[in-house]
Amino acid sequence: MTPITRDRPFLLLVALLVMLSVAMPLLSGTGLAPSRYLTNAIGQLAAFAVLALSLDLIWGYLGILSLGHGLFFAIGGYVVAMYLLKHSFVVTGTVPDFLQFMGWKEFPFYWAGFEFFPYAFGVAVAVTLLISGVFGYVSFRSRVGGVYFAIITQALVYVAMLLMFRNDTGFGGNNGMTGFSVILGWPMGTSGMITALAVASLVTLALVLVGCRWLVGSRFGALMLATRDDETRLRTLGYETLRLKLIVWCLSALLAMLAGMLYVPQVGIINPRVLSPELSLEIAVWVAIGGRGHLVGAVIGALLVNALKFWLSSAAPDVWPFILSGLIVLVVLVFPNGLMDLAKFRLARPMGPKRMETKRMARGIGEARS
Amino acid sequence: MSLTALLVDGLTVRFGSFRAIDDLSLAIDYGEVRAVIGPNGAGKTTLLDVISGITRPKQGRVLFDGAHDITRWSESAIARAGLRRKFQKPSVFEGLTVRQHIAIGADVGFRSRLDAPALEDRISEVLETVGLTEQGERLAGELGHGHKQWLEIGMVLASDPRVLMLDEPVAGLTDEETERTARLVRALVRPDRAIVVVEHDMDFVERIADRVTVLHEGRTLFEGSMDKVRADKAVVEVYLGR
Repeated sequence: MTPITRDRPFLLLVALLVMLSVAMPLLSGTGLAPSRYLTNAIGQLAAFAVLALSLDLIWGYLGILSLGHGLFFAIGGYVVAMYLLKHSFVVTGTVPDFLQFMGWKEFPFYWAGFEFFPYAFGVAVAVTLLISGVFGYVSFRSRVGGVYFAIITQALVYVAMLLMFRNDTGFGGNNGMTGFSVILGWPMGTSGMITALAVASLVTLALVLVGCRWLVGSRFGALMLATRDDETRLRTLGYETLRLKLIVWCLSALLAMLAGMLYVPQVGIINPRVLSPELSLEIAVWVAIGGRGHLVGAVIGALLVNALKFWLSSAAPDVWPFILSGLIVLVVLVFPNGLMDLAKFRLARPMGPKRMETKRMARGIGEARS
Repeated sequence: MSLTALLVDGLTVRFGSFRAIDDLSLAIDYGEVRAVIGPNGAGKTTLLDVISGITRPKQGRVLFDGAHDITRWSESAIARAGLRRKFQKPSVFEGLTVRQHIAIGADVGFRSRLDAPALEDRISEVLETVGLTEQGERLAGELGHGHKQWLEIGMVLASDPRVLMLDEPVAGLTDEETERTARLVRALVRPDRAIVVVEHDMDFVERIADRVTVLHEGRTLFEGSMDKVRADKAVVEVYLGR
């Protein structure tokens, strides 16, 4: 792997993120500031980029495809929504809509303490680790992998969606949760808060990017690639790949959770549709298009596909699914490394290594499918 | 330390109704190079699979170093005990460099236990032994077939294994590469190491093996020196004479 100091795309992206997070608060209030809509969009895209990184870590570097990462994203999202509603209730006395729909007089008992952010954060971490830990342990121990693992993760997110659609669970049911008015004691929806949330997302993205880069460049990262390329070989060299996979799987789940916690305050709503299989599939598409096994690629993939989606779903909502499917077909057939292949066409590199790498990546996709 | 590195005792492996290994017993001593030969389906690779913990036998056991019954141990525990194996199909990590492979083989653990200079020395030493010093920084995926074979040998060698298993180390190699591999294998012989080689190339086997075990339908057909193997009527009939 390129040493971190010579990894130019990575350094460039981190520099850009840092510049944006410094410039946005400085410019706010001046004529040069991005509009509220754009600021909000930047913040949401940054949250999606964190989500893409979480999947790239497990898929691109460890070869485990999850089609259920929306589950962990939703855990972060639901917990932060619970915090926001409870906190808003304590500060302003506003009773959340879903309690009124259900005709409930007070919050269910398990909402106790959610007005404290550290507690809510702790719950999100604990639930994420519990679900990812148990599910990962059982799957990896029975050596479930490849397409079987991907299908089970898809089923898991679907089950969670059915559960959250029920109105009597006390999590908002099919309407979800909305009407957040206060966050950490500050009113929501002001320009300042929109900027603050966007900056928080950008800073988190930069930190996650640096952290992931450090991890994949370390000895542990080399072992992740070794697991991806030939797990049996690594095991017969004395390594407990079960532990390695479990650690990375849980870490990936935590990053997805973090992305959900950043996303929901910025869109102002969460409902069970974040648990739909489509969203989880889309995350894999972002990463595939950006280039699996490249952190910068995953971020760019998330940004490009979502920017395209923002634009097309208003300009031509009917064709969006076709364009998305077309992109997938193109990536699978022509560009197994996604955008990274396009980048390589420009760089005049010797034929040998490029061909090898393409072949390796193509095999990676094949393995995930077969 | 016992004299016997590996004792295979009454081993039976079944795949459905097919007996891949049928009540097989054999002993391999420290200091020797043992070749295991036999026609396709004789159970050679299956034997290595059982020893390295990949396949569980129906009956029987494998004793390592006279005292440890490793039959039910996990692959990684067996490897950490000092039994390492090169696979039939060269198994390397295509996304890692040659040096990274040796580092992974030399030093088991999520974090490195050797200090950096010691590890670097060890890597250079192993690369020298297998003749890949020049290739240190290349990705394994870019290597040719012969280099991949040697890289895998280097990777399993890096930890100083007590038992070294080589499954078809010269398959697909040129004559020159085969010659070099034969010298390499002989150079790896040590009084406290047993080397087990599964191979089809009889000339190669003759060059490297101290003793030869001929398997046929999951049983030992013959055991002895290569001269005697070539002279044995039963062996010639099932295998060499075709």
